[in-house]
Amino acid sequence: MAGNTVTVTDKSFDQDVLKSDKPVLVDFWATWCGPCKMVAPVLEEIAGEHADKLTVAKLDIDANPDIARKYQIMSVPTMMLFQGGEPVKQIVGAKPKAAMLAELSQVL
Amino acid sequence: MSGERDTEVVSVAAESEVRNLIIVGSGPAGYTAAVYAARAQLEPLVFEGTQFGGALMTTTEVENYPGFRDGIMGPELMEQMRAQAERFGAELRTEDVEQVELTGEIKYVTANGVRHAARAVVLAMGAAARYLDIPGEQKLLGRGVSACATCDGFFFRDQDIAVVGGGDSAMEEATFLTRFARSVTIIHRREEFRASRIMLERARANDKIKWLLNTEVLEVLGDTTVSGVKIRDTRTGEESELAVTGLFMAIGHDPRSALVKGQVDLDEDGYVQVLAPSTYTKLDGVFAAGDLVDHTYRQAITASGSGCAAAIDAERWLAEHADAAAEPEATAVPVN
Repeated sequence: MAGNTVTVTDKSFDQDVLKSDKPVLVDFWATWCGPCKMVAPVLEEIAGEHADKLTVAKLDIDANPDIARKYQIMSVPTMMLFQGGEPVKQIVGAKPKAAMLAELSQVL
Repeated sequence: MSGERDTEVVSVAAESEVRNLIIVGSGPAGYTAAVYAARAQLEPLVFEGTQFGGALMTTTEVENYPGFRDGIMGPELMEQMRAQAERFGAELRTEDVEQVELTGEIKYVTANGVRHAARAVVLAMGAAARYLDIPGEQKLLGRGVSACATCDGFFFRDQDIAVVGGGDSAMEEATFLTRFARSVTIIHRREEFRASRIMLERARANDKIKWLLNTEVLEVLGDTTVSGVKIRDTRTGEESELAVTGLFMAIGHDPRSALVKGQVDLDEDGYVQVLAPSTYTKLDGVFAAGDLVDHTYRQAITASGSGCAAAIDAERWLAEHADAAAEPEATAVPVN
């Protein structure tokens, strides 16, 4: 997979997401989830095209259960937008790129 | 670019080249059509869409696709089909198609603002999971309401949850969910099941599965996450509540035919009508396959089979109409 997105973990979440200057879209995903595979290339593209305004981060919920639990993730993929350390938007399920961009219009 | 025309509609990096074949869809039907068309040197362009892989991407073990005697995981099967299509030179794009114009001699398919021309089109958009359309359902989607057991079952470890439906997918999902949940209640409107005997027997033999028959779900309860469902006994009309933290939808699928409505013929349920046993639609050069067409069988193997038929129908049709390889309309026509 192309390298436009960053990988975050339970340990790095505070530094990489909550303390980020830029808004961060976190993709909560899992290896066993088909729709997560569907949405991955869309997220790579968005990350590449909007790198100046938005960081796209991926968090594997199996390896990082603490953060997934903290944000009450109950479905994968769930994309959560963080701004200034707070979740401001949640997108559930694989969506087309246009729909995803519309959801992110507040920061793009 | 279309400078002089009405440009409020974006669009218009029209490709000047007219392809032989565009395939819309990427389930077993779309990929099989792509394999056949690519091997026949038609150089197909395939719009996979964001939901690439189709319905099998949300299934677990596929036990009845011939050739895999120990079964194969749905997403793995789809990745294999995709790679096979790519190997023979199909051009795959994960873009969603926004518009199609199928009635002319040259067909146009618009995706991501770009209009692509082809002499023939195979429609294989499949079907989308149905929801109940009841209060609370959309609000709690991803908060306990799910249409994908394999995606979300993990989050319901040692919890009491429910599956709505009476077909094979309901049985499969309920059985799968018992790996995680403390109990799984199958809620079904009737007493009879559409499910196949083997799937039904497997569910019946599982002591974690409970049954609520002749019961319909009226409302999903819960504030930020699901706390239960309001249900009604369809015989007595009596209403009650069932405490569950998860509700999985397995009530069937609707064909994704909105894109082609008004161009090809649809039946009353929205399925694209074809001249069975062929895959011809009423429009010349437009073929349809898979769950988009099929009310009856809806299996991976039947979708693959009809995708194969569509590619062969398209190949022969193209050969018969080789002389009619017309020029495309002037390029750079805005999408209206």
